[in-house]
Amino acid sequence: MTETAVDQIWLAPALALLGFVLNGVLSLARPRAKTLVSVIGVGVLVASFVVALGVFRSFVGLHAEEPVVFRYWSWMPVGTLQVDFALQVDQLSTVMLLVVTGVGSLIHLFSVGYMKDDPGYARYFAYLNLFVFFMLVLVLGASFPVMFVGWEGVGLCSYLLIGFWFSDEANANAGRKAFIMNRIGDFGFMVAMFMIFWSTGSLDFVTVFAHAPTALVAGGTSITAITLFLFLGCTGKSAQIPLYTWLPDAMAGPTPVSALIHAATMVTAGVYLVARCNLLFAMAPVASAVVAGVGALTALFAATIALKQWDIKKVLAYSTISQLGYMFLGVGTGAISAGMFHLITHAFFKALLFLGSGSVIYALHRAYHHTHSHEDAQDMRNMGGLARYMPWTTALMWIATLAIAGVPPLSGFFSKDGILSAAFLRGTVQPVWLVFWALGLVTALLTAFYMTRLMIYTFHGPSRTGEQEQPHLHEAPWIMTGPLLVLGVLSAVGGVLNVPELIRGNAWLDRWLEPVVLPFSPHYGLSNSTEWLLIGIAVAVAVVGIVGAWRLLKPQQLVPARSAPEERGFARVLRNKWYVDEIYDALIVRPLVWFSREVLWKQVDQRAIDGAAVNGAARGARALGWANRWLQTGQVGMYVAVFVVGVLLLLWRAMS
Amino acid sequence: MLLNPALAISAVLFTLGVLGVLLRRNAIVIFMCVELMLNAVNLTFVALAQSLGMGGQVFVFFVMAVAAAEAAVGLAIILAVYRHKQSVSLQNMNLLKDG
Repeated sequence: MTETAVDQIWLAPALALLGFVLNGVLSLARPRAKTLVSVIGVGVLVASFVVALGVFRSFVGLHAEEPVVFRYWSWMPVGTLQVDFALQVDQLSTVMLLVVTGVGSLIHLFSVGYMKDDPGYARYFAYLNLFVFFMLVLVLGASFPVMFVGWEGVGLCSYLLIGFWFSDEANANAGRKAFIMNRIGDFGFMVAMFMIFWSTGSLDFVTVFAHAPTALVAGGTSITAITLFLFLGCTGKSAQIPLYTWLPDAMAGPTPVSALIHAATMVTAGVYLVARCNLLFAMAPVASAVVAGVGALTALFAATIALKQWDIKKVLAYSTISQLGYMFLGVGTGAISAGMFHLITHAFFKALLFLGSGSVIYALHRAYHHTHSHEDAQDMRNMGGLARYMPWTTALMWIATLAIAGVPPLSGFFSKDGILSAAFLRGTVQPVWLVFWALGLVTALLTAFYMTRLMIYTFHGPSRTGEQEQPHLHEAPWIMTGPLLVLGVLSAVGGVLNVPELIRGNAWLDRWLEPVVLPFSPHYGLSNSTEWLLIGIAVAVAVVGIVGAWRLLKPQQLVPARSAPEERGFARVLRNKWYVDEIYDALIVRPLVWFSREVLWKQVDQRAIDGAAVNGAARGARALGWANRWLQTGQVGMYVAVFVVGVLLLLWRAMS
Repeated sequence: MLLNPALAISAVLFTLGVLGVLLRRNAIVIFMCVELMLNAVNLTFVALAQSLGMGGQVFVFFVMAVAAAEAAVGLAIILAVYRHKQSVSLQNMNLLKDG
């Protein structure tokens, strides 16, 4: 094989790791060298994006039907278990590679402005670079264990960055919650790995997928168990029911972190995993239905919660959970490229929304800082009318809002429509998918509604920021608005990646992913008119949502957060997130704590182990000594006599 | 050969040694009785070496060497005890007894 840019793939993660090492050293040695930290932190990401572009270009040139695997060193050679540290370049991983490094670069750039005054600046960039390194290991890994290293690594970085301002205990707790919830998911991932190795004898993607059709019975118990355990891993990492509750809390981290880790990249790892293992999921129809069903349910459930959140980042967090649900609906339906397409467009517009909210928070925070006020800079009740002060952010956020709502011709329209029509198509054969489709449609309505609500309350209507603060509200500096602009363009035109053939598009992404994913069942034929009707319904729903929000919501009646009344009735249930955290607390956390304290600590540890075993042994030894002390007379003659008797006894035993 | 009488004498000597150790109270006498037992064993070795090869005789030399060392150490201990207690009777040596 001739030397191509694809061979340099190792550079992409290596550069990010280099950035981590350099920034890590700087954060310990020269924490004030902010210029140097920025140059390194952003520079390595841009460099790795350039590498990614080069790899992508030359990979396109290869016209490869098979993945290109690079084996660097043998990692776990244990008997028949041979795991190499290997990277895999194929159609799926190159797409993810571009998204991670591309969106990652923009967010790194934004961070330069956002984190400018933070004392932990160098530490922040070190973590961010480390995150990108692990994310690239995750998407490029050529086997389940290598992917798992990245999977755990991004979890670690997520933990570190959620709790970045760890001096506030709530933030540290949010980090821990994310970590623990993910452990539950990781358990599923590991069990799935063991079962895959058990049944196919390998953990390399290429080998597993080659052996799976013969080693496993399609629709059988073991393939269903494997895929369901994999999906358990996904529910943790990608914040799906029942393990989603960590993601809203993860908003405790800096906003660019929310954009990068908790919207654009890490949380999509679960979708990527299902897409990667689409062959396995295709063999397990039950598991696929579970994936699609959980996805659709999560989408709707999270969207209802987003309706009544006041924290701007919480709205976006629930929106992310909801959109991830769409992606799972897509990949669970078997429309892998539709799910991946939504992953890409979502990375664009959700990163834009998060960074835009970052600009807003930054502006409000600075204004409050000027007046030494302690109002909540993230509460939408303290915003309103920001369009006058931040025209760029407002315009760009509107693009993202329309995109996520699914208004044509913005990117979200194409990707969401792809998923919904795939679900409907499958519903024509398996009616349960019609339910999922309906859930998705209702979610689309709610999405349009809550996003418009966010926009109205934040940027329009009267200003609820204090009189003294208003003169200090400004647009963010260009280093922050610039990345927003790029993401705005991407959110607007991202749809061209996969324009459906129905409207004379070339469905580029569908065809690009063809070598690595199974085609979405071509026998579900639909007439063109039905498809047009579906598109019409989706668009109508989005428009109804937006217009409805515009008509129903009255920003004039809102009062600032400190004087706002409590919600009543159902609104209160939604405001309190359906009390899921409280239910989990009552059903799992409290019983567990009680059991640990009352049984494991007070009974098992204190009584059984400390009492019976440790002190019991000591007491036993003392009692034994006390019982036999009469033997110890101090009379040497008696000892000798006993000795002689013993010898005689032994002799007698030996003779007879 | 005189194997059986030799073994018989050895057994008698050994028994005398054991009884001496058991019944006498004077440390020096007990010490001598221990030597008696060692020499009884030596006699057995030599006697059996007649039929079983030279190994036994070699062993006797080892036993003698150890016995000589033991005599040096043992007598020194007895002297030290005597200086301390003005007695070599084992009856008075019960410091290890509890209370």
